[in-house]
Amino acid sequence: MTHTFFLDDQEIPFREGQSVLQAALSAGHYIPHLCWRPQLEPHSSCRLCTVIINGRPFSSCTQPAMKDQKVDCDTPELQALRKAVLQMIFVEGNHYCPSCEESGSCRLQAMAYHLGLQDNRFPQQFPIRERDNSHPDVNMDRDRCIRCETCVRASRDLDGKNVFGIHGRGIKSKLAVNAPSGLLKDTDVSAEDQAVALCPTGCLTVKRVGFKVPIGQRIYDKESISAMALKEFQAEEAAHG
Amino acid sequence: MNPIANLELETASHPEALTRTVIEPITRVEGHGKVTLLMDEQNHVKQARLHIVEFRGFEKFIQGRPYWEAPVMVQRLCGICPVSHHLAAAKAIDTFVGARQLTPTAEKLRRLMHCGQTLQSHALHFFHLASPDLLFGFGADVATRNIIGVIQAHPALAVQGVKLRKYGQEVIRVLAGKRVHGILAIPGGVNKTLSREDREYLLKDIDQMVTWSQDAVGIVGKLFTDNQTEFERFGSFRSNFLSLTTSKGDFELYDGGLRARDDKGQDIFDHVNYAHYLRYLHEEVKSWSYMKFPFIVSLGNDEGWYRVGPLARINNARFMGTPLAEEARKAFMAMGKGEPIHATLAYHWARMIEMLYAAEAIRDLLQDPDILGTDLMTQGERATEGVGVIEAPRGTLIHHYKIDEHDAIVKANLIVATTHNNTAMNAAVREVAAHYLDGKVLTEGLLNHIEVAIRAYDPCLSCATQALGRMPLHVELWDAEGQLVDRLVKGADGTLSDELG
Ligand code: SF4
Ligand code: SF4
Ligand code: FES
Repeated sequence: MTHTFFLDDQEIPFREGQSVLQAALSAGHYIPHLCWRPQLEPHSSCRLCTVIINGRPFSSCTQPAMKDQKVDCDTPELQALRKAVLQMIFVEGNHYCPSCEESGSCRLQAMAYHLGLQDNRFPQQFPIRERDNSHPDVNMDRDRCIRCETCVRASRDLDGKNVFGIHGRGIKSKLAVNAPSGLLKDTDVSAEDQAVALCPTGCLTVKRVGFKVPIGQRIYDKESISAMALKEFQAEEAAHG
Repeated sequence: MNPIANLELETASHPEALTRTVIEPITRVEGHGKVTLLMDEQNHVKQARLHIVEFRGFEKFIQGRPYWEAPVMVQRLCGICPVSHHLAAAKAIDTFVGARQLTPTAEKLRRLMHCGQTLQSHALHFFHLASPDLLFGFGADVATRNIIGVIQAHPALAVQGVKLRKYGQEVIRVLAGKRVHGILAIPGGVNKTLSREDREYLLKDIDQMVTWSQDAVGIVGKLFTDNQTEFERFGSFRSNFLSLTTSKGDFELYDGGLRARDDKGQDIFDHVNYAHYLRYLHEEVKSWSYMKFPFIVSLGNDEGWYRVGPLARINNARFMGTPLAEEARKAFMAMGKGEPIHATLAYHWARMIEMLYAAEAIRDLLQDPDILGTDLMTQGERATEGVGVIEAPRGTLIHHYKIDEHDAIVKANLIVATTHNNTAMNAAVREVAAHYLDGKVLTEGLLNHIEVAIRAYDPCLSCATQALGRMPLHVELWDAEGQLVDRLVKGADGTLSDELG
């Protein structure tokens, strides 16, 4: 039997076990999110999906939907919060979108457009991050890593490999790989891995693809991140229920 | 060959006893440069130098980056000719994927983009930056000697300038997805076909562009013949010339072999594979300038300097591949009576002939069946070193990269047109200083003569984007002890004020 809850005063049906985010997407309502992906276990680290339930903030990607609860999502306060969170993510890395091959297909960038980011607001941190281009087919540019652990989860749960991990905590934490040398070339990652495909930024990319997709035909040239997210979710539902 | 014009003015024998004049920044050139004049008490010019701050950080910045990023990243080098950098880098990087010969469609699409860039850049230079001097006179009242003055006195011409530029930008936008900093060239080809609709869209206005370009050639040609003596004399000197030409020695903007000719038009070298440019061209460092001074190795650094850009290309070409431009080239070359044209101001005329060529070439390319082709990419045996050379609007542009086994760039070397012309622009400055300023009390109009000479070369001084339109001008007078005794400031409205006096 289906129950319902209220998302910004709209009645949303849900199935037992669905998170607020899943139920919302199921019903065609977008809640901004970055670290959550329909194929993967939730991770609840980016906080972009924050909603207010009974006056308290929750990550909607992990919060189970509950009967009759009132969820605030599209409020000016929450949009401002999401913006601030995203601005922090940007200044904690080194993002030069104009020469980044992910530009136009990057979730982080698309989210910035979606939330109307105009500036950095916070001081740029300019962290020193090591690039790893040792692998013949996969490029790793840590400057663009947002430590969302999508690759960690995808490598472990979808590729069955465990190539990636995050070392350290907070601003000092960094993407590490599972090899004594610390180099990507000594792991069993391959260009076909879901870990590479699902990385939301230009950190993990397949080498020598570069700028093959022309401007105008890149993922978010054609579709907004919200429309894409709904499509991806529906596709995943259709495939795995 | 000829000695460098007024070389004795490059370094004064007793600089400590002279008054120093600094013109900074130069108006209506892209970016930032500075002219210093040292004068004695009778206002005789003893030393004249053009200093250009060249941005060299890029060569470091790109180290470690994957090679496919280079054609995109280099567009940030220059706000005014990003497409030239994009294509020169792409040509170098084609080598890494073994693309020795692009597919006909890919090459023609790149050529089309390059012609769009040439058209828009030349239109901008002539109508916005050069026409105020040429139409009103170099020493004319500064209140009218600017683009606003041109719009008021010659409204139709100003509109044509804007529309020609816009058309060139539209060619770029259609091909690269964006008007500025779009992307078309990728290693081994291009990433996009040209749609039929876009081709029709561009064809719609091209005849008008050709006609307007023809008119522009006529205007400059007439200005030149009407003022022949002054125009031939102004900032002029003899020099060698360097450019790309086709294998037949014809005019070429996108690809070809390097040709250098001396001041009489005799070949110094010809059909040189540009991958070997380092065997033919070296760069000299002078303590007083950040920008290097390239020269032809076989002639040495005193005699081996040369000019690049529109004048060099037209002088070096046996023939131009489009009929109207070829006709214009012949009329232009007739002035030299069998020898190359050396006048600094002839750059303006040559530039308009090239604009006409670009417009005609765009029309030809749009009508070429290959332009709608879908075979866009090619590759072959990989290499780890690549050189790309292109004739950018301002002149020969060299990009040179080396990569390691992980596809990362380990070395980059760029020689831009403004650097090739460094010695020549200094020669022009000295010539004008000696001829027009010597013994006179400096006025804005007189100082503008120096800028007119520099502007003829259309330098992109620090590859920065500001300086469109009028910038304030500072002139500083220093005494023999190095004390600032006077400072003239030219405001945005063109008025001169004396700050210390
Ligand atoms: S990863 Fe995304 S946000 Fe970062 S530089 Fe690339 S396009 Fe921009
Ligand atoms: S590499 Fe990509 S997927 Fe992995 S943590 Fe960084 S941004 Fe996320
Ligand atoms: S999507 Fe929920 S915390 Fe990232």
